[in-house]
Amino acid sequence: MSGQAHASHFESGARQADATLLGMWLFLASELLLFGGLFALYAAGRFENPSAFRQGVALAAKTVGSLNTGILLVSSSTVAVSVEFLRRDQRHASVICLLTTVLLGAAFLALKFSEYAEHFKAGIRPGGAGPFFATHATPGLALFWTLYFFSTGLHAVHVSIGLLLLGSTAWRVSQGAITSARLYSLQNVALYWHLIDLIWVFLWPLYYLA
Amino acid sequence: MLEIFRTIFGLPPGASSFADGVDLLHLFVITITLLGVFVITLFTLVFVIRFRKRPEDDSTPRVRANGKREALMTFGTLALFLLWWVLGYRQFLVMRRRSEPADTVYVTAKQWMWKFSHSQGQIENDVLTLPVNRPVELIMISRDVIHSLYVPAMRVKQDVLPGRYVTFWFKPVRTGKYPIYCAEYCGIEHSNMIGQVRVLTDEEYRNWLNDAARARPLASVGREAAVKHACLSCHTVDGQKHLGPTWSGLYGSDVTLANGDHVLANAAYLTESMMDPASRIVAGYSPIMPTYLGSLDPAETAAIVEYIRSLQDAPLHPTVPLPEPQALPVANSPARSDMDVRP
Amino acid sequence: MTTVAQSPAASASGSYVTSQKTIRSWLLATDHKRIGVMYFVATSLALALGGLFALLLRIEHLTPGPTIVTALTYNRLFTLHGVTMVWLFMIPSIPAAFGNFLLPIQIGANEVAFPRLNLLSFWIYVVGAAVVLGAMWLGALDTGWTFYAPYSAQSPSAVVPTLIGIFIVGWSTILTGINFIVTTHTMRARGVDWMRLPLFTWALYGTSIIQVLATPVLGLSLLVVMCDHAFSWGLFDPTRGGDPVLYQHLFWFYSHPAVYIMILPAMGVVSEIVSTFAHKNPFSYEAIVYSTLGIAFVGFLTWGHHMFVAGMSSFDAGAFGVLSMLVAIFSAIKVYSWVATLFRGSIVMATPLLYVFGFLLLFMFGGMTGVAVATMSLDVHWHDTYFVVAHFHFVMVGGTLTAWLAALHYWFPKVTGKMYSERLGTLGFALVFGGFFATFVPQFLLGNGGMPRRYYNYPARFQTLHVASTLGSWVLAAGMLLTLGYLSLALVRGRGAGGNPWNSRCFEWRTQSPPSEKNFDGEPQLSLGAYDYTTPWRTVQRTQ
Repeated sequence: MSGQAHASHFESGARQADATLLGMWLFLASELLLFGGLFALYAAGRFENPSAFRQGVALAAKTVGSLNTGILLVSSSTVAVSVEFLRRDQRHASVICLLTTVLLGAAFLALKFSEYAEHFKAGIRPGGAGPFFATHATPGLALFWTLYFFSTGLHAVHVSIGLLLLGSTAWRVSQGAITSARLYSLQNVALYWHLIDLIWVFLWPLYYLA
Repeated sequence: MLEIFRTIFGLPPGASSFADGVDLLHLFVITITLLGVFVITLFTLVFVIRFRKRPEDDSTPRVRANGKREALMTFGTLALFLLWWVLGYRQFLVMRRRSEPADTVYVTAKQWMWKFSHSQGQIENDVLTLPVNRPVELIMISRDVIHSLYVPAMRVKQDVLPGRYVTFWFKPVRTGKYPIYCAEYCGIEHSNMIGQVRVLTDEEYRNWLNDAARARPLASVGREAAVKHACLSCHTVDGQKHLGPTWSGLYGSDVTLANGDHVLANAAYLTESMMDPASRIVAGYSPIMPTYLGSLDPAETAAIVEYIRSLQDAPLHPTVPLPEPQALPVANSPARSDMDVRP
Repeated sequence: MTTVAQSPAASASGSYVTSQKTIRSWLLATDHKRIGVMYFVATSLALALGGLFALLLRIEHLTPGPTIVTALTYNRLFTLHGVTMVWLFMIPSIPAAFGNFLLPIQIGANEVAFPRLNLLSFWIYVVGAAVVLGAMWLGALDTGWTFYAPYSAQSPSAVVPTLIGIFIVGWSTILTGINFIVTTHTMRARGVDWMRLPLFTWALYGTSIIQVLATPVLGLSLLVVMCDHAFSWGLFDPTRGGDPVLYQHLFWFYSHPAVYIMILPAMGVVSEIVSTFAHKNPFSYEAIVYSTLGIAFVGFLTWGHHMFVAGMSSFDAGAFGVLSMLVAIFSAIKVYSWVATLFRGSIVMATPLLYVFGFLLLFMFGGMTGVAVATMSLDVHWHDTYFVVAHFHFVMVGGTLTAWLAALHYWFPKVTGKMYSERLGTLGFALVFGGFFATFVPQFLLGNGGMPRRYYNYPARFQTLHVASTLGSWVLAAGMLLTLGYLSLALVRGRGAGGNPWNSRCFEWRTQSPPSEKNFDGEPQLSLGAYDYTTPWRTVQRTQ
């Protein structure tokens, strides 16, 4: 183990690693509950307005959505690989993988925003606003689209935060501030990214496939 | 005894058939509560005195909890709480599920008043006139935000929601005037949204009905509304099957839906059919009925339901010619009128 | 006080108070004790503000019609009172202030797991609180602290700024919860096993679990209301397919567990004080621990009891009713255990114990009225009346605030190294207890009579009870001010308290008063149990 000092209040580096990872898992649990409420809203909405929700899904941009899913899944593997590289002290490779993850995440966001633009052009706006809803009057439809914008929007905010974290972590790895002795710093960011991916994997069927 | 209890604890008179049962349960609960608090306080006081520190004390014995006694106290307390739950739940179910036939009153709550539409046609603002000893069912909806109809003397309360009809019932057993409060914060005039239930004797009630007889029966208001909104271009009133189910004999009948389910054609179902027709289509009919959410206000809706009810036992006249098939009404845009209140 | 057992004498190197003296060293402290003290000051300010709002509300209620404010102001005042008290005082008051100070010491550690995160949590709290209070300048909001849809989407008031502030404060709650859980798992000293932990630590642990899991759901509820209000997204608008009752489910899914965040730490305080002043091991340590975890878990399953008349099915309502009865049992178990702990003890009366007895009486009565409102047919009458207001003030003020005062008087000597006047403590208790009783018992009667809550005007026949309640609030306020007075005096001129003025065995009393920066000098001597009063004191002193 390269001799990177652990924080003084911890009795050992291993203890600090344990603590930090436990803290991260607890934080992820809280994020799950945040999105859990949104899934509950979707479930209730779908139960009350089944045909309207099916109608909404039918109009969703399946290709873009599936492409985005693929992008995120690949990005989760690149970030996992970057952890492995750093574990073996292959700093350069680790940074490359991190930057790849950032690029993929950025591509996700770009596709997402282009999708929003398409929706806006078609007259679909959150809150049942937009000319689309004047001609498509089923009440549950407005709810579907508002939930769609809310859920994917909140997710996109998390993706953006993830990109910032990945970018700054890549910088710190490249500068040698994070090494295999403090792998947990990178592991935590990777965990966060995996969670974002996981949440998308549930959003995708609900809003695009079902 | 119940009256003494009510006086001491500040309860209003018991004016509904629920009140005695509810207050008896209340008495049971509060008596045990006060007893329990008294006993615990007593034990505490006794222990504090009996086991106060003596100068020679330098340590205390390690007292081990008797598992059996712990379990007994725990499960004993749980049994008590569950007994209260059972008693309360049974009363709650009675309050929810009306078992006697009742008069119907349609209630519209809006910021900041109550509107009561009786089935005989009388419309009252903030006052609800009822005959004593006759159950009444209130079918309620809000025009804007959530309100809550609360009549303390009757021990009843029900939140009134926008966009959905809720029902509750009670039977007044005492004549008198009893306040109605709104019990869900609804804006600046929330505390002024006060009404009154006026319970009259049979004779007084009949007199009141006659006085108010100049109001047209709700059913004929409903018939006019049905004509105005072109309902009769799809629904007949003489038993003939047309584009939609006939209204003759419909109210209270068992209806088979397109998916095989059965539903009772009561006020709730008929109202839902006007507001969300696509949700429960009758077997043998196409889903072509448009929604009237936003174009029929609650009073008109209630009136149409009353009209359909008045046709419960309508005789069939198969020789009455069908109206000319007309162009169907255009699909209505989502409510932007009555239901949608913007500041 | 009898023997003032001096644990390690106040060392020449000073304490956490004297180690650094600049303001900057306090504001940027990563020492959990300093952070705890800062939280204490901030939450106490929130208490004072929330209390001021309450006093104004009560003055308004001296007459049935308009008295000192308009309806608009009144509606905003009761909302602010709720928001300030719930999020700026009740939730952080015991965990963030006392918890931060004591948790590491009680487990034999010298810090929490994430000291800098701890500091960040504090400043997040301050920023959030500032935003909430700043929203007052924009007129505040009038929806009640529950923000029910659809009114919250329509109310012409500063809904969004206030909710942003609460959202920010929620972050502080979550991060503190994470910190405490990780600290308890990873920072315990050698020999401090889970079933040897002080009961206050267990209480904090249970509380932290709820904080981490429930608060995000509040965050979501707030976000949704903000979007509905600011952008008219209509997620709960029935004309757009939404369901206003669904908002209530979402909100109460957080807010019911939230009340357990408020009471569990208070219960932990009571457990500590009972054992210390009875000089006795807890009657059933396991019962207290398991009931704490039971409350934390079952508390998540009972939210529907706020909605019996909201438009739920009878079956669902019944299920919530049963679960509510179940969660009440855990509190009953604790009450039995606390009283039984006195049996064969060696009891010393002092202000902290007085407050604990006050807690027992008031919490028991308040809790039983909670069981009463869970009795569904009774709740139909009581829901949204002053009966419910009285119930939750009994458990929150008679429970949590009383325990907070108990904690304050119990740990004051540890935190400050000074002692206050016992006579003034007793007087303060009498005023607080009596004032509380006089304020809130009339409110049960008001509720029975049908007086709804959140009412600016009220029918004249309720006036006598309202006046009685208002007079009581003045006595309560006097008690609180008196307490502030003599404690401030003690801070400056109190006589020195030693390391263990109460002769407690619990771990925090094995440090000096105030504790040194690192809590323990060297390895903490924690082989003797935190509740082991069977060993004579002289023997204990020798092992120190």
